[in-house]
Amino acid sequence: MKVEMPGAPQNMPWWIDPLLLTVCNLALAFAFSALLVWFIGESPPAIAAELLRGAFGSAEAVGYTLFYATNFIFTGLAVAVAYHCGLFNIGGEGQAYIGGLGLGLAALYLDFLPFPLLLLAAMLAAALFGAGWSLVPAVLQARRGSHVVITTIMFNFIAAALMNYLLVNVLIKPGSMSPETRVFADSTHLPMVHDMAAAVGLTLSASPLNLSFFIALLCCVAVWLFLWHMPWGYEVRTVGGNPRAAVYAGISPSRCIILAMCLSGGLAGLLSLNEILGSQHRLLIEFTAGYGFVGIAVALMGRSHPAGIVLAAILFGALYQGGAELAYTFERISKDIVIVIQGLVILFTGALGFMLRPPLGAACAKIFSGGGRAVA
Amino acid sequence: MPSLELLLSVLDSSVRLAAPLVFAALAGLYSERSGVVDIGLEGKMLAAAFAAAAAAAVTQNAWLGLCAGVAASCTLALVHGFACITHKGDHIVSGMAVNILAFGLTVILGIAWFAQGGRTPFLGSDARFGALVFPGADAVAPLPLLGPVYRELLSGHNILVYLAFACVAATAWALYRTRFGLRLRAVGESPAAVDTAGISVAFLRYRAVLICGVLCGFAGAYLSTAQGAAFISGMTAGKGFIALAAMIFGKWRPWPVLSACLLFGFFEAGAAHIQGVSLPLVGAVPVQAVQALPYLFTVVILAGFFGAAVAPRAAGKPYTRGEH
Repeated sequence: MKVEMPGAPQNMPWWIDPLLLTVCNLALAFAFSALLVWFIGESPPAIAAELLRGAFGSAEAVGYTLFYATNFIFTGLAVAVAYHCGLFNIGGEGQAYIGGLGLGLAALYLDFLPFPLLLLAAMLAAALFGAGWSLVPAVLQARRGSHVVITTIMFNFIAAALMNYLLVNVLIKPGSMSPETRVFADSTHLPMVHDMAAAVGLTLSASPLNLSFFIALLCCVAVWLFLWHMPWGYEVRTVGGNPRAAVYAGISPSRCIILAMCLSGGLAGLLSLNEILGSQHRLLIEFTAGYGFVGIAVALMGRSHPAGIVLAAILFGALYQGGAELAYTFERISKDIVIVIQGLVILFTGALGFMLRPPLGAACAKIFSGGGRAVA
Repeated sequence: MPSLELLLSVLDSSVRLAAPLVFAALAGLYSERSGVVDIGLEGKMLAAAFAAAAAAAVTQNAWLGLCAGVAASCTLALVHGFACITHKGDHIVSGMAVNILAFGLTVILGIAWFAQGGRTPFLGSDARFGALVFPGADAVAPLPLLGPVYRELLSGHNILVYLAFACVAATAWALYRTRFGLRLRAVGESPAAVDTAGISVAFLRYRAVLICGVLCGFAGAYLSTAQGAAFISGMTAGKGFIALAAMIFGKWRPWPVLSACLLFGFFEAGAAHIQGVSLPLVGAVPVQAVQALPYLFTVVILAGFFGAAVAPRAAGKPYTRGEH
């Protein structure tokens, strides 16, 4: 999935493309969302105000926003790492689900370990299970040329069937009606940010925001170091840029494909760290709730750069948190408006990402060269 | 013969469950044969299911519902075409956008219009596609084997089921026996050659994408106004992806695609029957294992262990004159 760059004018300021174009595309997505809101008879400014208030109106709201953002950082990074290798990993949802299985097993059966060791074991299990789930599509792509998009879609459904079977028939808490495991031992729960703040004398209102937010930020740094400051990351990006050139440079594309997909699956698997070990404290059915797919929008909007991904993840975290509040205030609208916005963001920053580039480039060229002279 | 009855009832529901897959898989076939990858079948079906159920509920007419479904599906198909053909966007990303957009829009509009938590009003028999009973179905029933087969399996489906099977024949004819079909196959393999012959690549692909939209419209309308009697949010439940799998499993060819759809329909019908039943040789099979079979089969076939499944060569690649 290498994005062509048609109509990119030369000698433009560097920020036009990653910043101005993204902002314009986002504006288009929000404009269409506003149109929809107006069409069904609600007031777009009122909805926007309510979204903002729900997402940032109180310390608790901000905590929730960052909690959702943590999920989206993990899945966004997962999509981005594969993208840099020229692969579109649409299987984040399934990899996160299976990652949750690994983490859940660790938390259920290793809960005698001291917390730091347990955290390490749970993270490793989540990442390894997630990576394992992406290994088969990766190997099939690398060795047999089976299109990774299709195989990862199929693996999402296989993961759903497998987890459904395991949770209904095997891992279910005896006597429980809903398909979920027993609650993990207290000693396994990730520390909450408000508890951590209280320990150093700060008072924050309670929210599910937990230690994994900081682990997600560390993952951003790690991905950045890997992609731009390590030989393997360089090889991955070379394969993504031009696989044939990579072969001539002595790089093995199939090894890079497998490496990138496993890293991607591992990052997606870590989603359960926040959602399961940080908040739900038990493994339950469909806990991924589409967060794997939000990662696609986040990676596209963040231009597959860790810094961009953090910003995009916070935006989507705010939309998810603010959206959850909408149904209380407005009769004719529900939190699903956020899903429409998500679709529009993917459409305008992804599929139609370069629609605005020629006119924008022309306008900028006028302002930065010809336009200046015309004024003088 | 109770076993024959059971077999006939499973085959009968296989046919019913295969029909929407046939429409959607053929839709994908047209699109991908022209070089436009479409993972947005699911979204288009969902939008069509909603529009069909909504229009049928308001007008009390199943055919007007079908028209609305086709229109909704074609609108999304044109969005996909606009992104992939006109603006050379990524086909997968665009397909994903269509899927997510359709899911959100159907719920939002459903709540705003009908205020039933995303459902559409229940459709009476007038506003749905009812069963067609073949002449003499009851008269031949006493005949051994032939009678029940005629009455249960061939007769008694709604008109869209028969239309789905007719579409397979029509597609096979259009694809291999008409000028349009030749050009369609050519543009998916080598758009540069088609362009050199003076035929517009974009126009051909737009037509293919629109046919895809029409067929997805039928698939969606089938779900909400023939098989079901209302729209429920997310009611396609992965059927668009099973259709995609059937298209790959059938290697982008009409008749093998039909077989794949029937096979996957059979799995779905069978899953409902094997709950708690112990099968010979394998014992009790979890329902979830049967549900995962279409996806597993597709991965195996994509891996190329049973003859290569090769997509049209130019599928997924935007065409820019002079770059190929």
